[in-house]
Amino acid sequence: MKQLHELTINEVHEGYRNHEFTCVELVKHFLNRIEKYNPKLNIFLALNPNVITQAEAIDREIAEKGIDRELLGIPMAIKDNFLTVGISTTASSNILKGFMPQYESTVTCKLLAAGAIFLGKTNMDSFAHGSSTETSDFGPTHNPWNPEKLPGGSSGGSAAAISAQLATAALGSETAGSIRQPAAWCGVTGFKPTYGRAGRYGCIAMASSTDSPGPIAKTVEDAALITKVISGKDPFDATTSPLVVENYPSFLGKSNLDGIKIGLVTEYLLADMRNDVKQLILEAAAKFRSLGAIVEEVSLMDPKYAVGVYTVVQRSEVSSNLARFDGIRFGHTRDSFGEETKRRIMLGTYTLSSGYYDAYYKKAQAVRTKMIDQFTEIFKTFDAVIGAVSPGPALLIGATKNQPMFGEMEDILVEQSSVAGLTSTSVPCGFVDGLPIGLQITCDQFQEAKALAIADCYQKNTTFSQFPDLDKTL
Amino acid sequence: MHKVIVSPEEIKKIANLASLKLQPREVDLFSSQFTETVDVINQLNEIDTSDIPATYQVTGLANISREDIVDIPRVLPQEVALREAKLTNNGFFVVPRIIDTDETESVI
Repeated sequence: MKQLHELTINEVHEGYRNHEFTCVELVKHFLNRIEKYNPKLNIFLALNPNVITQAEAIDREIAEKGIDRELLGIPMAIKDNFLTVGISTTASSNILKGFMPQYESTVTCKLLAAGAIFLGKTNMDSFAHGSSTETSDFGPTHNPWNPEKLPGGSSGGSAAAISAQLATAALGSETAGSIRQPAAWCGVTGFKPTYGRAGRYGCIAMASSTDSPGPIAKTVEDAALITKVISGKDPFDATTSPLVVENYPSFLGKSNLDGIKIGLVTEYLLADMRNDVKQLILEAAAKFRSLGAIVEEVSLMDPKYAVGVYTVVQRSEVSSNLARFDGIRFGHTRDSFGEETKRRIMLGTYTLSSGYYDAYYKKAQAVRTKMIDQFTEIFKTFDAVIGAVSPGPALLIGATKNQPMFGEMEDILVEQSSVAGLTSTSVPCGFVDGLPIGLQITCDQFQEAKALAIADCYQKNTTFSQFPDLDKTL
Repeated sequence: MHKVIVSPEEIKKIANLASLKLQPREVDLFSSQFTETVDVINQLNEIDTSDIPATYQVTGLANISREDIVDIPRVLPQEVALREAKLTNNGFFVVPRIIDTDETESVI
């Protein structure tokens, strides 16, 4: 029999229905695990002080009305860049140390309205500026598969929380890889919805033109349900789409991929990529074929150009977004910014400054148009493109030292889809050196149902979604 | 393409624009790192974009507007709005003087 921390969302609900355990018991079980493992993993920065009272209320609701909300009593870990009333929110930065939000972010509002219960807030790269969780002002999170390794980032705490089974599901956010890459390095499922599918209101901004909230979970099924809950037009975010949100879970459970055409991106099998990682991607392609899909090679622009585009766009937007941190209305003074944050604000200020705007910012946005055009062309005939999420498995803690472009290089394979605003899943596709490797399944804008259905079929026909035994790894 | 050098003087100017105070160590560090980063960015010049428009919004939305009416439940009560501020006075935020702050002038 599965232990409480091993249950998926549907299994938790099944347990509630059968009176096998209560929400209070489930929450206490996670709190005990957090108390035991968090000191070694540094995943949670703050715990919800009212979690037991909230769990008691949920138990009363279940007793009276049954499970009438989609995430009722589901214990979640929330990335620390989402404003949560009653739980301190810092974006892992000293400048926001001790900050208690005055309002709730749109996506956490929606999760709460669906009945979710928040265990606490998870560590991240400070202001999401990185792909390691090592730039957090509160120390790195450790990878549950091997505590000497990084969890990836920026949503490293949320990915590690799922891998270490310290929550049933988690919320992350992605600007370019920040959901998919830590999900890959921690061996869990991450889902990046299309830009504008879920509202950014109350999500501490990094790059406003690509920031996308999304779930990190044990399974594609769980990710699909959470995506459905958090998606939709947000009156407080004018960039959200008016398109109707589909019932994503209803598209899952396909027994094969007949009629699906998948592009294997040749440029994503990088020349300097490890052969064993390449092999796993080719094996995934073979798996898709055996499931009935047609798999053909497709060509994208050299990913090195995505690094340039993303660097300019993201730094520019960072410099603008972080101008609001003045220590007047909230937070501390700008002296409290960490080195990486300062570097990004500075470079963005440079690329936007008089005399450089056309050469850098406008140029990058034009190349971005070309990237979008090539995806539009590919998706006329292909349903999805696949490739590795990251060029390799989790790197050692300390790997970011003196690497000002660390994040860009680790995210080289996911940046094009991010600057194009596409939707993409990261699912485990094997192991090298005992560390998980992630496969990205990327679809056109607003094709969430398709991306999730393909990933779900792959996940249910493979056995790579595994969880480390913490008593052995730690 | 000639190499673009981002000098320490430029770094100081950018820091001023960004309202950041840098340590001397950071000035030198950023100067060398930015020179390296700009090299990567300048690879974009290998791509011809002469007749390609820039993309600022990827999903094609444009001119999203709403009625200009106050959303009362969304307005923070004054004490909540001021709660996180370090300095307040009579229900207002206290802000530093930002104009005429030339060092030769007195700043209140």
